[in-house]
Amino acid sequence: MNGKSHIAQFLMLGAVLCLGILFLQPLWKITLEAAQFPGGLDLYIWINKISGNDKHIIQNINILNHYIGMKPIHPDAIPELRYFPWVVIGMMAFGLICIGVNRPWFYLSWVLVMIGLGALGIYDFYLWLYDYGHNLDPNAPIKIANMNYMPPLFGEKDLLNFYVRSYPNWGGVFLGLAILLGAGAFYLKGKRVYV
Amino acid sequence: MRTRKVNMIISLVTIMGGMALVVACGQRNATTVIEGDAAEQVYIAPGEYDEFYAFLSGGFSGQITVYGLPSGRLLREVPVFSQYPENGYGYSEESKPMFNTSYGFVPWDDSHHIELSQQNGEFDGRWLFVNGNNTPRIARVDLSTFETVEILEIPDVAGLHCAPFITENSEYLVSGTRFSIPIPQKDVPIDTYKENFKGLINYVSLDQDHGTMELAFQIEMPGFNYDLARNGKAVSHGWSFLTTYNSEQAHSLLEVNASQKDKDLMAIINWKKAEEYVAAGKFTERPTSYYHNLMDESTGIAHSQEMKMTRILKPEDCPEMVYFIPVPKSPHGCDVDPSGEYIVGNGKLSADMSVYSFSKIMKAIEEKNFDGEIEGIPVINYDAGLHGILQKPGLGPLHTEFDEGGNAYTTFFISSEVVKWNVDNLEILDREATFYSPGHLVIPGGETRKPEGKYLVAMNKITKDRYLPTGPELAHSAQLFDISGDKMKLLLDFPTKGEPHYAQAIRADKVKPNSKKFYNIEENAHPYATLGESKTKVVREGDEVHVYMTAMRSHLAPDNIEGFKVGDKVFFHVTNLEQDWDVPHGFAIQGATNAELLVMPGQTKTLLWEPKKVGVYAFYCTDFCSALHQEMSGYARVSAKGADVPLKWGLNETLRENQEQAEKFYEQLENKSK
Ligand SMILES: [Cu+2]
Repeated sequence: MNGKSHIAQFLMLGAVLCLGILFLQPLWKITLEAAQFPGGLDLYIWINKISGNDKHIIQNINILNHYIGMKPIHPDAIPELRYFPWVVIGMMAFGLICIGVNRPWFYLSWVLVMIGLGALGIYDFYLWLYDYGHNLDPNAPIKIANMNYMPPLFGEKDLLNFYVRSYPNWGGVFLGLAILLGAGAFYLKGKRVYV
Repeated sequence: MRTRKVNMIISLVTIMGGMALVVACGQRNATTVIEGDAAEQVYIAPGEYDEFYAFLSGGFSGQITVYGLPSGRLLREVPVFSQYPENGYGYSEESKPMFNTSYGFVPWDDSHHIELSQQNGEFDGRWLFVNGNNTPRIARVDLSTFETVEILEIPDVAGLHCAPFITENSEYLVSGTRFSIPIPQKDVPIDTYKENFKGLINYVSLDQDHGTMELAFQIEMPGFNYDLARNGKAVSHGWSFLTTYNSEQAHSLLEVNASQKDKDLMAIINWKKAEEYVAAGKFTERPTSYYHNLMDESTGIAHSQEMKMTRILKPEDCPEMVYFIPVPKSPHGCDVDPSGEYIVGNGKLSADMSVYSFSKIMKAIEEKNFDGEIEGIPVINYDAGLHGILQKPGLGPLHTEFDEGGNAYTTFFISSEVVKWNVDNLEILDREATFYSPGHLVIPGGETRKPEGKYLVAMNKITKDRYLPTGPELAHSAQLFDISGDKMKLLLDFPTKGEPHYAQAIRADKVKPNSKKFYNIEENAHPYATLGESKTKVVREGDEVHVYMTAMRSHLAPDNIEGFKVGDKVFFHVTNLEQDWDVPHGFAIQGATNAELLVMPGQTKTLLWEPKKVGVYAFYCTDFCSALHQEMSGYARVSAKGADVPLKWGLNETLRENQEQAEKFYEQLENKSK
């Protein structure tokens, strides 16, 4: 083996470690800003849980949401939060196999599976947001015609008295970085084969 | 008789003459010109905070008010010795025991002196103490919640005005009786005052971790009136100084008969020595009765305990513990400067102020430079203890505080002014008019080892023309001065509640970071707490009915209850399930003769309701908590005595489903705590 092949392996190792960071950092952050909440309410979406900037945020958001009939956020009722971690662990194991095999096609398939899973994950996240924002209790105290309360998937939006921001957090950044590192590994390994 | 009358006339003429003199030379217009940038100095922009908290006692309101400095904005009223309709203090079943005394339930008192806890002679921002005068008591306020958490009665004293002065590491709160009385109380002619009346000086020790108070010992003193006190600091740590008046031992027409002697006395107490005597068992135990009321932190319920024994130290049995030194006529304050070396004795009815030197007093004691003794207590030679006399500073000196530059600031009640003077060379530096008749003044940290001489607040007894009139009764007034320069500068007048008798001010950053935002529901150990709507219930025990109710934006659960009967005692135990800052819920029910409740997030409070008439009665939340606050209400059905209407309660089922998540949350909490 020469130095270049090592670089590809190191990049893939980096990608595996980046996935590990998903257990340490949230993927996404949704911030709700309103006059009566100084500093805003921060909601963090992790690979395996939902948290807030303090331990009562979810309860407080649920209290607010009940006026418009939005379902309470109940992390235990979201099955994805249970099986997504295993998917990530699986991809980390797959990455380690790629390092062992050290073939470009392995790296490429890892990257493609990762992109596919990432896209599915985002689509799933979209569905949840859509469901929360559109499936409202018909008996809700506050009803506004044609109004939905779906937070933006990515970006910023006014929702009644709240200004909502939704952006990737460190976990999301490292997820993207993992894909880039995997692609880099494929590129370097592939270049060596074809050159 | 004749000479007495003449004396009285002379003293009145002197006071009037003095007033005329001051008025003549200092005729001031009430609309004193404020210098250019005063408004800017007190302006706190929206969203910004004041630099200091000022805690003002409420005098005859029995409470404490909290103001921001320099804005003078009222931030909060903390109820202490009086029932308080704003939050149900003293009305809720949990807080009623705070008012228990050996005289029974006493729901209104007169609060005077604020003391913040100290460490190394500096405010530490943990607790606040204040005295109740009429039914002698000392209260402790927890500064993380701004709630009164403890009240200790002081036995066998009358008018606990001289209280509760703290030592520099919060070892003790010192207090003295304002009025001497027979000890123990007995049925004697009032004109046997000299034989039968005594005064007690009391030492309350503090638990250093929790602030809990305990009456450590009392010192039996001659039957004088004890007015104010200060404890030594730095060099004079371990000593207390208390002014006394009525050394004449008069018992009638005190305004004349207790104003006869040219000098009264200051008591000087070596409390470290007193501690030794207590440890050596030199006290007598005397049966008595006083109440100790303590709020349990985890339940929010106050419990009262009757205490039945006190330890008395007698000066004649305990040499070198107590001394007197003469002090000009009818003194009020005896204020110790930041170094601990100088003690300022103000004679209210004297034109001069005596400034004592602690080291000279110690030297006089060592050399036994005494001018006789009173009931076994040596009287130190006046001149031997004197640092010097501040001559003719004004009329009616009341209270002195200090800045960090060796200057003192004294209020003058009769001549209505604040005078700045140098402690070391006794030179008068500046005087500013006040509106009108100031009692006490406060400089942040001005009685500690670390004053912050930026602002001074004078608390005035009379307001007259300062604000728009509100009939015969006007708010008392506080006045803020900038004292950062050579000359004092009036910045602001602001109205106060009750009588702003006395105050202490502390830098905001010593209190603000510790302020609680809500009570953790996990820590709610109230026996009637309801942790989750699914746990709400109504339980009958004979003719007592307990309603386990929850409050959450925007409903009470249950909101329909049937099965109450005329003559029941209904206890509404309302738990506020919120865990968000500034979301209290209130509770009121028609026909309640015992006021209402205000329940903080995470707390449980109980209202006793005794339905007297058959019918359906509305209850509702009294604190505007959300857009649907008006809908936060329900009904209680009351049937005739002996009716067989069963107990039933409920809340709309669809709404219940909405709360499923919250219920589970509390269920989990409950399981965790098991
Ligand atoms: Cu409410």
